[in-house]
Amino acid sequence: MTLLRVENLSKSFGPTPAIEDLSFAISLGTIHSIIGPNGAGKTTLFNLISGLYRPTSGTIWFDDADITALPPHRRARCGLSRTFQNLQIFLNLSALDNVMVGYHLACDGRFLPSLLRLPSVVRRDRDYRERAVALMRFVGLEAFVDAAADAMPYGALKRLELARALAVQPKMLLLDEPAAGLNPKETAELDFLIQQIAAQGITVVLVEHDMRLVWSVSNHILVLDHGRKLTEGTGWEIRHNEDVVAAYLGEGGRHR
Amino acid sequence: MASLWQPRTGGLLALAGVVAGLPLILPNAFYYDVAILVGINATVCVGLNLLIGYAGQISLGHAGFFALGAYASAVLTGDHGWPPLAALAAGAAGVGMLSFVLAQPILKLKGHYLAMGTLGLGIIISIVLNQEAGLTGGPDGMPVPSLRALGHTVAGEHAWYALVGLVLIVSVWLTLNLIDSPVGRALQAVHGSESAAALTGVDVIRYKVLVFVVSAVLASLAGSLFAHYAGFITPAEASFARSIELVTMVVLGGMASTFGAVVGAAVLTILPQALTAFQDFKMLVFGAVLMGTMIFLRKGLVPTLAGLIRNRMRSGRA
Repeated sequence: MTLLRVENLSKSFGPTPAIEDLSFAISLGTIHSIIGPNGAGKTTLFNLISGLYRPTSGTIWFDDADITALPPHRRARCGLSRTFQNLQIFLNLSALDNVMVGYHLACDGRFLPSLLRLPSVVRRDRDYRERAVALMRFVGLEAFVDAAADAMPYGALKRLELARALAVQPKMLLLDEPAAGLNPKETAELDFLIQQIAAQGITVVLVEHDMRLVWSVSNHILVLDHGRKLTEGTGWEIRHNEDVVAAYLGEGGRHR
Repeated sequence: MASLWQPRTGGLLALAGVVAGLPLILPNAFYYDVAILVGINATVCVGLNLLIGYAGQISLGHAGFFALGAYASAVLTGDHGWPPLAALAAGAAGVGMLSFVLAQPILKLKGHYLAMGTLGLGIIISIVLNQEAGLTGGPDGMPVPSLRALGHTVAGEHAWYALVGLVLIVSVWLTLNLIDSPVGRALQAVHGSESAAALTGVDVIRYKVLVFVVSAVLASLAGSLFAHYAGFITPAEASFARSIELVTMVVLGGMASTFGAVVGAAVLTILPQALTAFQDFKMLVFGAVLMGTMIFLRKGLVPTLAGLIRNRMRSGRA
């Protein structure tokens, strides 16, 4: 079953198109990687799917609904969630509250109940605080439950973004370069984490330069170049595609 | 007793203690007058801090909302004979509606542009109050009848002190509730990163509008109280300088600290009284305080002090 379908998507900033006439589909329950050289339009594509950018033309279908015109917060409600290449942590909040914001849709966000601190609000907050702690443990942040976000190291903040994105309880999770800046041990842990997330039935879409991680986790790979689809297929197909090797991987990249 | 260290328990208790205990050391009516003005300013600042400190938006026009509340009470009770509480509620509802309508376009602006937008709004309100002399008495101002409710007239410094103190405590209580709730987290998330907030499902525009309206309504309520207390108001209440004063109080006390807003309001209300000899330099002092805070106490008085105490306690335990 198809979860996300992108049809003839284009986005230009000025005269140069960042994404041009792109079409592809992502099936439910897969781990899907998007690779390509810098400037190929990978992050632009994520911004289009998550609603931070409006496409110049084209349509985005998610879970059988046309979400092309929906603002980002409505897409989160549909079951889309993401992390960012340049971290977007709420540095003015504690680590735990960052994850709690991820549960925003599950908590009672109405004004008057919050203002009067009704018991129902307090109870639900307490329940979700427990779940937030569990989620932090799941991503390996048990040591930072009481930490202020602005006192955490880079690697921990990347995990915190992951925990927050999972708190949205998404059907599809977009990860923008999750391995960037991580050492090999941390990348191996991330690899394991991504597989665990996928095992929970969450469709994972990955933009990543670390080919070792890409080869390891992906069921399916989409290769972008200059905003267009170069090709797509399984890891084996991509590795043996001469165009991809020429445009991006190089001879060494096949074997990493 | 760790729970007593929470702002919502210990902090509120401490505030109530100060408000209740202060009359023991206030020697005469002049000091009561200053204390009442502190309470009124603090009420405005607690709301403004939700907007500036927590949600990360700026308003250089909040004196406008304060003045609109004051004039709504003055005109409706004085010229139309409304009961003061009805006039106060009508003023708050009117300001709420006005800020709701204006918030949509204004809060689409960011940074300097938002500052300019709210600045323009405050100036327009000030001009209208000055020019509509038939309604407002123009630059000369207008008298305001005293506050009567439930058959009682609030008169004398003791009654006013009690009323304003109660209003402040209730405002702080509601504000603390709000901050420690899904709404408060959403507001702070908007401050931290608008795109990340939106992608966790926070309707960024809705919460920005909400906090703008809440802070405007609180300013309007405080304005109504001030009008009845002072008995006479002028368009100077809506002036740009007054808006800057309010922002300075919030920044000095500490952004994203409710008690900081109260302390900031107290310091900057008392300071000009203590420096009456330098009346002409009031704005100079405010400017210097704002600059000094930004340079030396970036987090503001209360968060800086709280951090120092926490560090001291931690090193004492170690």
